[in-house]
Amino acid sequence: MAAVLTPEITGATDANSAQALVLKAESKNFNFFYGAFQALKNINMPIYDRKVTALIGPSGCGKSTYLRSFNRMHDLYPGNRYEGEIMMYPDSVNILAPTIDPIEVRMRISMVFQNPYPFPKSIFENVAYGLRVRGVNKKSVLEDKVEEALRGAALWNEVKDRLDSLAFNLSGGQQQRMCIARALATDPEILLFDEPTSALDPIATGAIEELVHDLKERVTILIVTHNMQQAARVSDFTAYMYLGEMIEFGVTDTIFVKPKHKATEDYITGRFG
Amino acid sequence: MATAELNRDLSAIRRLIAKAKRYDLAFSAVGFLFLAFGILVFTALLVDMAVSGAGRLSLDFFANFPSRRAEGAGILSAWVGSVMVMLVTAAFAIPFGVAAGVYLEEYARKNWFTDVIEINISNLAGVPSIVYGLLALGLFVYQFGFGQSVLSAGLTLALLILPIIIVATRESIRSIPQIIREGSYALGATKWQTTSHHILPYSLPGILTGVIIGLSRAIGETAPIITIGALTFIAFLPPSPITSSPPYFNFEWLASGFTVMPIQMFNWTSRPEEAFQANAAAAGLVLIVMTLSMNAFAIYLRYRLRKNIKW
Repeated sequence: MAAVLTPEITGATDANSAQALVLKAESKNFNFFYGAFQALKNINMPIYDRKVTALIGPSGCGKSTYLRSFNRMHDLYPGNRYEGEIMMYPDSVNILAPTIDPIEVRMRISMVFQNPYPFPKSIFENVAYGLRVRGVNKKSVLEDKVEEALRGAALWNEVKDRLDSLAFNLSGGQQQRMCIARALATDPEILLFDEPTSALDPIATGAIEELVHDLKERVTILIVTHNMQQAARVSDFTAYMYLGEMIEFGVTDTIFVKPKHKATEDYITGRFG
Repeated sequence: MATAELNRDLSAIRRLIAKAKRYDLAFSAVGFLFLAFGILVFTALLVDMAVSGAGRLSLDFFANFPSRRAEGAGILSAWVGSVMVMLVTAAFAIPFGVAAGVYLEEYARKNWFTDVIEINISNLAGVPSIVYGLLALGLFVYQFGFGQSVLSAGLTLALLILPIIIVATRESIRSIPQIIREGSYALGATKWQTTSHHILPYSLPGILTGVIIGLSRAIGETAPIITIGALTFIAFLPPSPITSSPPYFNFEWLASGFTVMPIQMFNWTSRPEEAFQANAAAAGLVLIVMTLSMNAFAIYLRYRLRKNIKW
């Protein structure tokens, strides 16, 4: 497997290279249809490696639809259609191509949903499930990976003594972090978050945001959020979407301080509609 | 623009997926095979019956009473009897079953007593139908003095399918999210308002399915009807429920003797003459069509009702 090693990432400790942008994925002329309804129109957008990219916009603007395209969730339902490309790097594969198995895409790109839906199993089995799907059944390996994932999701200290208790017994915020651990355990290249904190209290939200910040050292993150402050806090890049179109994409600071488009500014400052 | 390094072995992932997917393929093959087998057997039965019985199907077959001559025999008294018995069954089983189910689910307090009732209702659904026949013979025919009548038969079958309707009603009610009830109570609705405005309408599709499954079972039941003493050979019709003089309806038909489709079929199959076997096949065909059209009606209703319900 030929890995594309660039000076930027090989010298990651270098202060200059912290600014260097590496492309992880990119949508090109991407359209999406629910039956006859076109939900996404000609989306062109880069996703940078080990950066947090936030998708913002009013309800129904297509940001969740766009996010769910990245792990081919739309394939589960009949009548949905993709057009155009979402390229993933470094192997330059169009993950929407019919020849690409959606399961392969999902093995590389994990997703955390709006509401935590733990399986009615123990905490351990919840986190280990992705590994079991990948054929890992050795107890010692599972234990190591589960611990690593739970540490990564900042949950280990709270649950290490009760890994065998049902996941339902956790609080909402803990359940959401457990779902993040479940996604992390499989070591994904990209992690998708679909409004991960909309059902959580401010403290749990703060914990998740901090987590997102820590996680970007390991994994590329794409996050849909309704919360402007959250987008400003956690993301490096922000995309504003409206009615299925990408209105503006850019560095988060720029988007929030000096947006190019009036529509973006109106939405961010709350003057929208 | 530089791109990220790949931290994993893609070909290993592909091998893993290919391996895991063999089970998908194996299961879909096995599942399809079993499905095909089921359909094949049913089709074979239907075709066999159609081949031997189709020749007998004519308007006369529906309009003639049973006869000692196979060519002249028909199912008039049988299908009229079946329809009448079903009317009685539906009139009793549906309100009793739905009310009992709603009460158990929405009103009854949850304690050991209702738990015992719950468990026993499910058990009742598994009691052999002939046992219901024996019970009905003692209770309806002799104790209440209804005799060997349409009313007795209808009540017997109602009893038989009551557990099915209760269970279906409860399952259907239980699938309504709690948040719907809370939404209604939060606006100040009473229990009955919540039940009649929300719970019943939203659970109607499921209840209907249970009702039709129950009625479809009842229409084919033979054993309990024979037990209570339905006639196997009758050449008369019960009095018409609708009359030409006021008050334009009567209930004498309820007390009348009767026969039903499966008994007529049974009667013909037990005759030695070949010609009667064709009659039995034709009657079976009619019975299946009756059942299937009831099911089709249920599916249509369910489709209509479910269009606006979503969670």
